[in-house]
Amino acid sequence: MQKITRKMLIDKAAELLQNGTVDRVLGWKNGEFVYDVTPALFTDAEALEKDFVYNDFCGANFSKYLIAETRKQGGKVLVFLKTCDTYSFNQLLTEHRFDREKVYAVGIPCEGMADIEKVKKAVDGIIAVDGKDDKIVVTSLYDGDVELDAQAVMAERCIVCKSKKHVAYDELMGEEGEVIESARFDEVEKLEKMTADERFAFWQNELSKCIRCNACRNVCPACTCEKCVFDNPDSGVENKAAADSFEEKMFHIIRAFHVAGRCTDCGECSRVCPQNIPLHLLNRKFIKDINSFYGDYQAGAEVGSRAPLVNYTTEDLEPGEAVEKGANN
Amino acid sequence: MQVNGYKPLIVAFCCNWCSYAGADLAGSNRLSYPAEVKIIRVPCSCRVNPMFILRAFQRGADGVILCGCHPGDCHYTSGNYFTRRRMAALFSMLDFLGIERARTRVEWVSAAEGAKFAATMNDFVETVAALGENKRLEDLRCKR
Amino acid sequence: MRKCSISALDAVFAKIAESMTLYIPADDKNGAAYKKWESGMQLADTLNTVRSPKDFFFPQIENLMEFKTSGKTIEVIDTREAKEDFVVFGVRACDVKSFEVLDRVFLSEPVDSYYAERRAHGVIVSMACSRPAETCFCQTFGIDAAAPAGDISCWKDSENVYFEAQTEKGSALLNVIADLTEECGTEKVEEQQAKTREIMKKLPLADLTTEAFEGGDKTMEFFNIPEWKELSESCIGCGTCTFVCPTCQCYDIKDFNTGNGVVRFRCWDSCMYSDFTRMAHGNSRNSQVERFRQRFMHKLVYYPANNDGMFSCVGCGRCLSKCPISMNIVKVMKTIGGKK
Repeated sequence: MQKITRKMLIDKAAELLQNGTVDRVLGWKNGEFVYDVTPALFTDAEALEKDFVYNDFCGANFSKYLIAETRKQGGKVLVFLKTCDTYSFNQLLTEHRFDREKVYAVGIPCEGMADIEKVKKAVDGIIAVDGKDDKIVVTSLYDGDVELDAQAVMAERCIVCKSKKHVAYDELMGEEGEVIESARFDEVEKLEKMTADERFAFWQNELSKCIRCNACRNVCPACTCEKCVFDNPDSGVENKAAADSFEEKMFHIIRAFHVAGRCTDCGECSRVCPQNIPLHLLNRKFIKDINSFYGDYQAGAEVGSRAPLVNYTTEDLEPGEAVEKGANN
Repeated sequence: MQVNGYKPLIVAFCCNWCSYAGADLAGSNRLSYPAEVKIIRVPCSCRVNPMFILRAFQRGADGVILCGCHPGDCHYTSGNYFTRRRMAALFSMLDFLGIERARTRVEWVSAAEGAKFAATMNDFVETVAALGENKRLEDLRCKR
Repeated sequence: MRKCSISALDAVFAKIAESMTLYIPADDKNGAAYKKWESGMQLADTLNTVRSPKDFFFPQIENLMEFKTSGKTIEVIDTREAKEDFVVFGVRACDVKSFEVLDRVFLSEPVDSYYAERRAHGVIVSMACSRPAETCFCQTFGIDAAAPAGDISCWKDSENVYFEAQTEKGSALLNVIADLTEECGTEKVEEQQAKTREIMKKLPLADLTTEAFEGGDKTMEFFNIPEWKELSESCIGCGTCTFVCPTCQCYDIKDFNTGNGVVRFRCWDSCMYSDFTRMAHGNSRNSQVERFRQRFMHKLVYYPANNDGMFSCVGCGRCLSKCPISMNIVKVMKTIGGKK
C-alpha cells in the first residue's frame, strides 16, 4: 500500500537530528499491536530505531500537535506530513496558530491508510498485519493468515482522497502527486436526494449514538480554541452529556459550523469517533455548499486565504435561495 | 393567529438600526402583526450566531426569523453581508438534517418599512403555524 | 446445568420478555450495542459491545429531581418512577466484574439509592468468551473469561447454549425458562473452558501483571515519577476512554433551567476534561499531565488502596481499541510498572 518505509523515515529523521536541523522528531511509537500506534517525540537515533513505527495504521494528523510543540523552548521539531495533513498545516498557519520557523516539515507520499475497524470486522484476534502490494495479510489467532484486499479495508477518507499533492513542506520525500478528482461528495448528494423525513431519521439515528466524548472536537486541527464554548460553564450551553436529543444535534451542528470554511476535510473526526458516526458528512455538506454558493474553495490550499464565512460579496445568494440551491445540486 | 388550532411561538431577532425601528413604525402606524412574535433586539443582525437560533428552538420556538438592514445599508457597513453567508450555510445545514426549512427565515426590513415588517411577520407566522409544533429541534425538558 | 439449542434461543428470549424487559447485545452496522429485545432480534456475533453495560445501572444521564418555584416557595419533585425488573443478557466476564467495582462505590455508605434501585431490579445473565480478542487482558485482574459470574452464567457453542444459575435471582429466572431448557452434563462446557483458557495464555497481553501495584497504598511511589509527562504527551484530552470504560464512575450534577422550572440531573464526567472538579477557586488539575495521571492512578492505585486491593480495571480492552491516539492502560502499566 505504501512506498515509504519505516527505514526511510528513520534514516531521514536520524540525519536531521544528526546535522542539527531539528532537535526532536514527532513520529509514531510502536505499541502492543500493529495498529496500536501512538504519536510520540523522539530525540535520538537509538530511540527511533527501537520504537519508531510506520505502517498502514499511522493515520493520525500531526499538524495540531504543532501548536503545543512550537510553544516549547528549544530547536525545531521534525514532523512528517501526509498530503491531507499539509492542508491542515497550512490552515493552522493561516490562523497564526503555530510558529512556522520552529517546524521542519517533511512531506511523505501516501497511498491511503487502513481502517482498523474494517479489518476487525473481517478478522478476529489480529496478531500481525503485513502489506503486500494491493493486499494485506492479517495473521489471526483463530484463522491463521487471512489475505484481504487493501482497497476493501482502506479508510473511507482515503478511498475518496482529494489530493496527492503536498501543499506545504520543507522537504519532500518521493514524488509529488496531483490534486485529484474525488468522489467525496457522493454520499452527501445521496442524503440530499432523500426526503426531509428520511434525512431526519438518518441523522436522528446516527447522532443519538453520540456519547459526547468530544474526541471529534479535540482531534480536529481546525478546533483550536483555547476554551471551547461547550467547555465554558458561563456559556450556558456547556454540557458533558447529551441530556436530551436536542443537545447532541446542537453540539454537532455547532461543531461543524465553527469549522465551516476552515475544515480541510482531513477526516480525523470520523476516524476517532468511538461510535463511528459519519461526522465527515456534516463537514462535507458545508464544504459542498460553500463551493456551490461562493465558488470552489479548499481550506488550507494556500496560506493566508480568507475563509468564505468571514468574507462576502455584495452579490451573494440570499439564505432562502441558498437552501434551495444547497438541496438541489 | 391559529392554523388548525395551533398557535406557534416565533422568535424574531431584529437589528437595532433598521428592523427594530421598522417594527416600531409598524406599531405607530397601527399595522397589526401576531402577538406570537417575540422580538429580541440585537445591535446588528451579524450579532446572531447559530447558537442563538438553535437555543430559540430549544426553548420552545416554532420558528425563528432574523431581520436586518438591507444589504448595503448596514449601520456597521458590512455586518449583514456576513449574516447572509452565515445563515445561508446554517439554514442549508438544518435542511440537510431534515429540519423543516420554512421554520427559519432571513428578511431585510428597513426603518421605513413598517408595512413590510407587519406583512413579513403575518406571512411567517402563518407558514409556521401550518407546520405545527416544532418536533425536530425540541428539548423535551423545556416543554413540561 | 441446563441447556437449549441455539435455534431455541429465540423462544427463550420471548419467554423472558413476557415478564421482564430483556436487553441483548445486537449487531448494529457500527458494532454491537445492547438493545431492547424484540421478536426476531439476533444475538450479536461480535465479542463485546462498543459501549459498556454500565448504562443499565449508572446511565450517562439521569434526572435526579425537579424544582418548581411559585412565589417564595420551592417545590421539590422526586421524578423517579417505579422500576421494573429487567434482564441483561450476554454480559462478558470482564463487564460482570465491573459491576462489582461500581457496587463498591455506589453501594457503600452513603448508598446511592438511584443506583441501588436499578441494581436490585436487574438480572445479569453472563456469557463466557470462546474467542477473546487481542485486546483482552481480563486475566491480569484474575478474571476467568471462561467462567463468568452473574446471576446466571452461560456458555455457547456451535449447537447449544448452557445455563448455570449462580444466585437466587438466577434460579428464579431459570425456572421461568425451565420448559424450554433441559438438564444436561457439564462435559461440553468444561471442554470449551479448557480451550478458552489455552487461548487466553496465547494472547499478546497474557504476560501483563499488576505486581508493581500490589501490596498497600503505592501513591507516593508513582505520583511524582517523570514518566507521566511522556505518557500523556500526545493525549488529546477527550473523554473516550472514560466513557467506554465499564468501571469509570465519575459524574457531575448540574441544574438545567427549563424556563418553567429546574431539572437537577447527573451525567457522566471525565477526569480528562479541563472543567472536571472545577470549584470556586478554579481547577485542581490544570494540565493534561495531571488529568491523565489522575485516571490511571485512580484505576491502579487509589481505588485498590481503598478497596482491599481490588483494581478498578477489568481488562475489557475497550480503551485499547477506541483511544484516538492509542494511549491506554496497558502502556501505562508496562511503562510505570516496569520501573522499580
